[in-house]
Amino acid sequence: MAEDRKTPQLDELEKGPWPSFVKEMKRAAEKNPAAGDLLGLMERSYEDKTGHWKHGGIVGVRGYGGGVIGRYTDLPEEYPHLKEFHTMRVNQPSGWFYTTDSLREICDIWEKHGSGLTNFHGSTGDIILLGMKTEELQPTFDELSEAGYDLGGSGSDLRSPSCCVGPARCEYACYDTLDMCYDLTNEFQDELHRPMWPYKFKIKMSGCANDCVAAIARADCSVIGTWRDTISIDQEEVKKYAESGMNIQRVVCDKCPPRALEYDAEKQELTVIPEDCTRCMHCINMMPKAIQPGKEKGATILLGGKSTIVKSAFMSWVIVPFMKMEPPYDEFKDLIRRIWDWWDENGKTRERLGELVYRVGMTRFLKEVGLPAVPQMVFRPRANPYVFWQPEDFEAHK
Amino acid sequence: MAKLDIGPPDYRKNLPPVITKNYGQWKYHDYVKPGVLRHVAKSGDVLYSIRAGSPRLVSIDFIRDICDLADTYCNGYLRFTSRHNIEFLTDDASMVEPLIEACEAKGLPIGGTGASLSNIVHTQGWVHCHTPATDASGIVKAVMDDLFEYFKTDDLPARLRVAMACCLNMCGAVHCSDIAILGVHRTVPVIDHDIIRKGTEIPTLVASCPTGAIRPDPKNKSVVIKDENCMYCGNCYTMSPGMQIMDPENDGIAILVGGKVSNARTVPMFSRLVIPFLPNNPPRWPETVEAVRNIVETWVRHARKGERVGEWIERIGWERFFTLANIPFSDKCIDDYIFSRETFRTSATFKY
Repeated sequence: MAEDRKTPQLDELEKGPWPSFVKEMKRAAEKNPAAGDLLGLMERSYEDKTGHWKHGGIVGVRGYGGGVIGRYTDLPEEYPHLKEFHTMRVNQPSGWFYTTDSLREICDIWEKHGSGLTNFHGSTGDIILLGMKTEELQPTFDELSEAGYDLGGSGSDLRSPSCCVGPARCEYACYDTLDMCYDLTNEFQDELHRPMWPYKFKIKMSGCANDCVAAIARADCSVIGTWRDTISIDQEEVKKYAESGMNIQRVVCDKCPPRALEYDAEKQELTVIPEDCTRCMHCINMMPKAIQPGKEKGATILLGGKSTIVKSAFMSWVIVPFMKMEPPYDEFKDLIRRIWDWWDENGKTRERLGELVYRVGMTRFLKEVGLPAVPQMVFRPRANPYVFWQPEDFEAHK
Repeated sequence: MAKLDIGPPDYRKNLPPVITKNYGQWKYHDYVKPGVLRHVAKSGDVLYSIRAGSPRLVSIDFIRDICDLADTYCNGYLRFTSRHNIEFLTDDASMVEPLIEACEAKGLPIGGTGASLSNIVHTQGWVHCHTPATDASGIVKAVMDDLFEYFKTDDLPARLRVAMACCLNMCGAVHCSDIAILGVHRTVPVIDHDIIRKGTEIPTLVASCPTGAIRPDPKNKSVVIKDENCMYCGNCYTMSPGMQIMDPENDGIAILVGGKVSNARTVPMFSRLVIPFLPNNPPRWPETVEAVRNIVETWVRHARKGERVGEWIERIGWERFFTLANIPFSDKCIDDYIFSRETFRTSATFKY
C-alpha cells in the first residue's frame, strides 16, 4: 500500500534537521489506508499546486451543532479512503497539560476509528483528530466521552477558550488563567457546542501583558493579566543583577516606555515612579528575581481581536481597564453575556464582534452594554467634532 | 451514547506533583541553556521544562514516542506550548541531560526558548483545507530546516516568532508575527452558475463581499463580479462553493514583517506587507525560504540587543528597512484598503 506509492516531492521533505510531517504521514500510512491515500493526495497537490478538498460539508454528532469539520476530496475515485475525511476537534485541558496515560487513551481511540493523524494542537487550541469516515464520528465521540473528553467549538459558536501556562508554572501570572479557562468552558458549554451566533467567538486568557497566547491578536475577548498598584522592587536582588554585569540603565531603564524607572548606579538602587508605570512587563522580564508585579492583581478586558478576513485584522482594545479575576468570575460572565446578546441582536452574518463595534460605533456599544467611557479605552481622543448627540445630553447641558 | 456537555478534562489531574505543590507560588525562572527553562518556587522546589520542536501534524505513534520519553524521564508528565512545541516537565535535574540525549536521538530538536526562533505556528494547507493558496506544513518544514540553527541557539537580538497561514482567512492568525508567511490568491473567483443556482443564498453571498464587488444577476438566478473591485479575499467562497478562488497558476505567497503581541516595551503591532508575491514552488519553496532568511539575517546584523523585528524597523524607519534588506519597494506595499490613511507619512521627515 504505502510502499507502492511514489511521492518524490514529499520525500524531499523527509530530509533536513527539523522533524518531518511527511515521516509522520508515512508512519500513519503503515497502519491506515486513509493516511496512505492522504500521502497520495498531498503529492498530487504538490504537482498541481492546488488543494483537493471540496467545499465544506455538514456532518456532526448527536446533540451538537459544532465540533466536527466535514471534508470530502474532489478526487474520490483515485483516493477512495478520502471520500469522507472529517476532522474532529477535541477540547484540550487548560494549559495543554497531559499525563501520558491520558494521551495514550486518545491515541488508542483514534487508532480504532480514524486515520491515526493528529494536530497537537490546532490554532485555536483543540486537539485535532484529522480524518475519519462519517460513520465513525459518533462511535469516536462516544469513546472520547467515556474517557472524559468533550468536543471543541466550530462554526458560528464559542470556540474552545484557551489560556497561557499561568500560575502552574509562571511567576508573572496575575490571575489563575487555567482555572478561569476551565470554569468559563464549563459555564458556556451550550454556546460552545450549539452554534447560534452571527459568527465565531474566541476568548483567550493571558496571565500578564507578555500575552503568550496572543489573546490581543486572536481573541474577540482578550483577558490579559495586570495589577492596579505598583511593582515591588527587591534592592538586594537589584544589586546582584548589577554585580553580575547587567547594564541596568541601558537594558531596563532606557527601554521603559514611560521612563518610570530611575537607577542610581552608585548605590545600585532602582526606584519606580508609580503613577508613570504602564505595566508593560519589560523590567520584570529583564529582572524577574528583583521586580514583581503589584499585589492588587486582576485583568484588563479587551475586545474585538481577529485576523484579516473581512474588514482587515483588528487587535483587541480596552473596554474594562481593570477587573478582579476570581472564581466564580460572575462580573466577567455577566459582562460577556451582555456583549453576546448585543452582538446577536445587531450583528450581520459573518460579522465578528470587533467589526460590528467598528460599524456602529464604540459610543453606542458602550451605552447599550452598560460600560462607562474611560480614557484608558483610547490612545488619544477623536480629532473631529462629529459627535452623535443624544436627547439626554441636551437635558444635561441645560 | 456520549454524555453531552461534560467539558474538557480537569487540568488539575494532569499537573505533575511539583506543580500542584507550588501552584501560584513560583518565584523566578531562568534559562539553563537553549531549550531548558528552570522555574524556582518560593518553597525552593525546582521545575525543569525541556522544550522540543514538533511538526504539529503527527501520527499517534509520535505521541506514543513522546509518552515513552515522558514516562522514562518525567514520571509521565508533559505539556504542549501555544506554539506547538512539546515541553517535558521534571523536578529531577539528573534527568535533564539524558532526556535531551534521548530526544535528539529520536529526531526531536531541543531549543526554542528565550531569544531564539520558536516553532512556526501554521494552518492546514493542502493537507486538509478547502481554500488554501498554498501548502502550510511543507513551507514550515523547509523554513525550519533552513533556520534550524536559530531554534537551537538563543542569542538572537530578541525572540523571533514566525507564523504561516495558507490563505487570507488566516486561521493561523499570522497578522501580529515578527515574520508572517501568507498564502495569497490574486485572481477573481471563477463562478460556477449551476452551483450557485442549486444551493446558494444569493443575498448572503452578495453581502459577504467586503468591497461590494458581487452583484445579484436575477435574470441568470446567479451573481456577477465587478472584477476591478475584487481583492481576492475569498470570503465569498466560504459562503458558496460556486465562487472558486483557488488558482494554481497565480496563487502564491506574501511576506509580512514586524508584528508582535507582547506589550513589553512597545505596544502590540501588526505585521506589514513587504514582499507582495513569491511563487508557489513546492516541495521546498526556495524563494520563500531565501526571503525569510534574508530578513532574519538583516535583523541579526543591524538590530540592537533586545529589539524585536518590528521594534528595530520602527526605530530605523521602514524606508531604511527596504534598503538594508535589499527588498524592492512596490506600490503593492502601500495600503489601499479601508484603514490606509494611518499608514501614509503625514510628515516631512524621513530617510533615504
